[in-house]
Amino acid sequence: MPDVQSLVNDFVNKLKKRKIEGSQATARQTAELLRSVISQQRIPYTNQAGALIDAVKAVGEQLIAANPVELAVGNIVRRVLHIIREEDLSLTTAAIGGMNISAASDDDENDDADDRPALSAAAVAAAARSTLRPPSLQTLLEDVPDATAVHHTSSSGADSEGKSKSADKSSRSRKLKHDVIEAVNELIQDIATCHEQIAEQAVEHIHQNEVILTLGRSRTVMEFLCAAKEKKRSFRVFVAEGAPRYQGHVLAKELVARGLQTTVITDSAVFAMISRVNMVIVGAHAIMANGGVIAPVGLNMVALAAQRHAVPFVVVAGSHKLCPLYPHNPEVLLNELKSPSDLLDFGEFSDCMDFGSGNGEPLLHVVNPAFDYVPPKLVSLFITDTGGHNPSYMYRLIADYYSADDLVIQRKPAVGN
Amino acid sequence: MDPRRPQSQPGIVSANGPKVRRVGFTFSLQNPQSPPPFSSVISGAGDVDGDFSSTPVASTSPVMIPPPRIPVQVPAARCPVDAGESILAAGSDNSGDAELSEEWVRSSSGKYSLGFSMSGINSPVAAERNEEVELDFVDGEEKFLRGSAGTQKLIVLHGLAALSFRFYVFCYHSSSNEGNNAGTGAKMSEAPMPNKDMKAASKPLKEKSSKAERRALQEAQRAAKAAKIAASSGMGAHGTEKPAKLPKQPPKKKDAPLASSAGVSEKKGGDRSSEKDKKKDVPPPRMQYDDKSRVEKAKKRSVVKQTEARNRVELFQHLPQYEFGNQLKELESKFFKLDPVHPAVYKVGVHYLTGNITGSSARCIAMLHAFKEAIEDYHTPPDKTLIRDLTARLSSYISFLNECRPLSISMGNAIRSLKTCIAKLPLSISELEAKTIICSDIDRFINEKIVIANKVIVEHAATKVRDGDVLLTYGASSIVEMVLVHAHELGRQFRVVIVDSRPKFEGQALLRRLVTKGLSCTYTHINAVSYVMHEVTRVFLGAASIFSNGTVYSKIGTACVAMVAHAFRVPVLVCCEAYKFHERVQLDSICINEIGDPFAITNVPGRKEINYLHNWINKENLQLLNLLYDVTPADFISLIITDYGMVPPTSVPVIVREYRKEHLF
Repeated sequence: MPDVQSLVNDFVNKLKKRKIEGSQATARQTAELLRSVISQQRIPYTNQAGALIDAVKAVGEQLIAANPVELAVGNIVRRVLHIIREEDLSLTTAAIGGMNISAASDDDENDDADDRPALSAAAVAAAARSTLRPPSLQTLLEDVPDATAVHHTSSSGADSEGKSKSADKSSRSRKLKHDVIEAVNELIQDIATCHEQIAEQAVEHIHQNEVILTLGRSRTVMEFLCAAKEKKRSFRVFVAEGAPRYQGHVLAKELVARGLQTTVITDSAVFAMISRVNMVIVGAHAIMANGGVIAPVGLNMVALAAQRHAVPFVVVAGSHKLCPLYPHNPEVLLNELKSPSDLLDFGEFSDCMDFGSGNGEPLLHVVNPAFDYVPPKLVSLFITDTGGHNPSYMYRLIADYYSADDLVIQRKPAVGN
Repeated sequence: MDPRRPQSQPGIVSANGPKVRRVGFTFSLQNPQSPPPFSSVISGAGDVDGDFSSTPVASTSPVMIPPPRIPVQVPAARCPVDAGESILAAGSDNSGDAELSEEWVRSSSGKYSLGFSMSGINSPVAAERNEEVELDFVDGEEKFLRGSAGTQKLIVLHGLAALSFRFYVFCYHSSSNEGNNAGTGAKMSEAPMPNKDMKAASKPLKEKSSKAERRALQEAQRAAKAAKIAASSGMGAHGTEKPAKLPKQPPKKKDAPLASSAGVSEKKGGDRSSEKDKKKDVPPPRMQYDDKSRVEKAKKRSVVKQTEARNRVELFQHLPQYEFGNQLKELESKFFKLDPVHPAVYKVGVHYLTGNITGSSARCIAMLHAFKEAIEDYHTPPDKTLIRDLTARLSSYISFLNECRPLSISMGNAIRSLKTCIAKLPLSISELEAKTIICSDIDRFINEKIVIANKVIVEHAATKVRDGDVLLTYGASSIVEMVLVHAHELGRQFRVVIVDSRPKFEGQALLRRLVTKGLSCTYTHINAVSYVMHEVTRVFLGAASIFSNGTVYSKIGTACVAMVAHAFRVPVLVCCEAYKFHERVQLDSICINEIGDPFAITNVPGRKEINYLHNWINKENLQLLNLLYDVTPADFISLIITDYGMVPPTSVPVIVREYRKEHLF
């Protein structure tokens, strides 16, 4: 499929050039791309889920390699894989359970995609997950034989040549793809609306006359604060500007436009001001499985200051930022060094940098990292679109969203080769 | 009287009191015994000279050590005291029998006071006559080279690494009656404590008694002492104060308790001074800018017309929040009309205002130089006394500087020292002498408290730099720069991480200087401090002041850096001269602080695209807060390197207390 491939290449290029700002946009675009990949993927009669998974993995691998630091890409790829597995599972259970449901769903299948059935595939999957297969160690162990069983049944179904069965099969294959696309659409919708869902909880966390500190700009934080403002809470916000990107200025402008009392401070003033702050609310780049946060640079400092003064450090983030990986040395391995020109003008120190002398090492290095790692012990609370959680609960949420098979995306092709 | 002269021992000032009024400036060497880590600092102080440096340093007994006699036969002869720092040349009157002697008096609190006395015994001079003192600074030249970036280097041409001495000597002849001379002179030879008389004499001077009264007082004292009567009778003549003196203890200056063999009296003197100190200890309440009436009053007086910032930050209502950039024009137009402000002071003030001079040491030195210039040009108005008028004049300068930019703690301490110096001047001293004394005191302060202190700190700090270290510094502290350069010159192999912050980016200037000198540097911004802290082995920080509870008052962001270093278990070393210590205590950065130009927040130099807030600065909801200082809690600090040695933050109150005792603050 050349058109899909060109889409993928296009997106890979964008990721490589860091053209896509923010994990939310990245997540949405990844999901959209994967949706088109799935929809264009030709489904074989046998092992439909496996074919879809392979296709998604192949694309996902390219995307992740394009920007390994942007964890949202990997998260979405894994989410889509998980969706495929779930849909496949729910179809199988439905097929085993009886033909009634599949017949009923067959009618729905002909409906417009926008006109979603009351009992969507995702809901069925969720129900199946929660009732039949609670994610536990046992489930994880059972997962593998189950999947093979599914494949076996489908392949055995393909073996039989009966007319009615073949019709059933084709409808099933179409149904799987349809259900998956449906679920991916829902995921995209979730990503798009996560701000609102998070913002709904704002009034439960912000009280009257609160003083809130934030650093840099996060759309989630902005919506969160504005939602509390709309509920007639009056409070004050300190915005640290977040050098060297100065996104705090943008946030301050947006907050002022919404009528919030906003004070812009320099990043260095965080420690001075934190003693007068009731709560720190910040956005995140990614949330790791151990509850640690990959956050815009400077937040570790803020978190330490908040801990020092016993100020709650609250991270608001959509669930697409939830990454199932455990970080190792994240300050270095999951970081990105930006251009020095943010700090020093080009050529400003050219007279000082004499590369010819000495051992050729320049005397001057400029470090401009993009992210900070905030360890879980510094985080008081996560507020996601599914509610508030402790850092220690993150691993459990991850089990809800991802299947254990997909944690390492790269391995599958390596084994296949 | 001539035959009497040989009687007098070298150490004994053969002064017959009323003729001579000597004021010895007490200056202190640090007691070599006191805190052990300091001894290395002070060991250099022995270089002063063979004559009497050895005696005071070596001696521990609180009795006076007679210094060698110094021949002053030749009028205006140089005294052979090659004191390294200053050479005094005392001219006597033509009778040629003036005698100069010095005494080292060591008090049990570890101070040495040096009194010089000149006596013109046989010359009954009808009128008061002052002898000019010539102060010769051999190697006390400091050159201040100020870089364009506003940071400053001190190149000190000093032969001595030790604390400097400077003697202020002036002779003062007053008419007295001969009879008394004979009596007292004879007694003086027995009781070799002449400079106590001098100190005693200066006390009533301060009380603005008339000359006749003072003279009578002195004579009464001498008579009392000569007769070895209990001091109570002397006190009776003296008036109200010091009733609790022991017999042998003549009245003392409060701040320079002289030595006495009686430890009790010494203690008493100490008590008394500490009581006075205690009163002084409470820092005068700062101007609170939320007090409307006082602000109005201050505005009426002020020279610099400030416009208040439109959106003041509520939390900082108590601090002055002004708009910047518009005062300058007005000040320029006032330049030729500014009657009360001396041009030198004016210049410095404008530099403060524009931010050309920043850094507490640089500001302090600039201020002192301006004051010196102003004092040199000063003439006492006819019907006024120098002490009061000059103090008032200085106060007006100080308030002008304060309007330009709130005074730093270092400046406050320097001003206190200067005012103490002026207040200590005897009333009857001539204008020229007084000016000389004050100016040399200013020089001494700069040299001793800043220049040499810096050297000592650099020596200490360099011992903390090892090969392979990665040293992190924040902002552009001049003392830390000296440390880094010195360690580099010592051949240590290390890297420097310079952490910089908005809005001034002072670190860039430091970076440029260090890279030019060949140091390997890494430059980053304060948000990335957690990222770079992994590889750092030591953090060197400067300070604007250190408070008595061990907190470090410094450039905004220092606390963040210290906190992150603390979290990463990296030692934090703060370099700060002891003159910047302050007895105030402070817990947060809110109550005492300074607010800079708020619009510096919205503008990012070199980044034109960052202009999100340009059209929004007039919005009522938006406030811009540009804090200049913050307070680092003591538990983030591993070590404070000061001119008294390397101490933990818990020792700061000790240094503050001792320092005040010694330096008349």
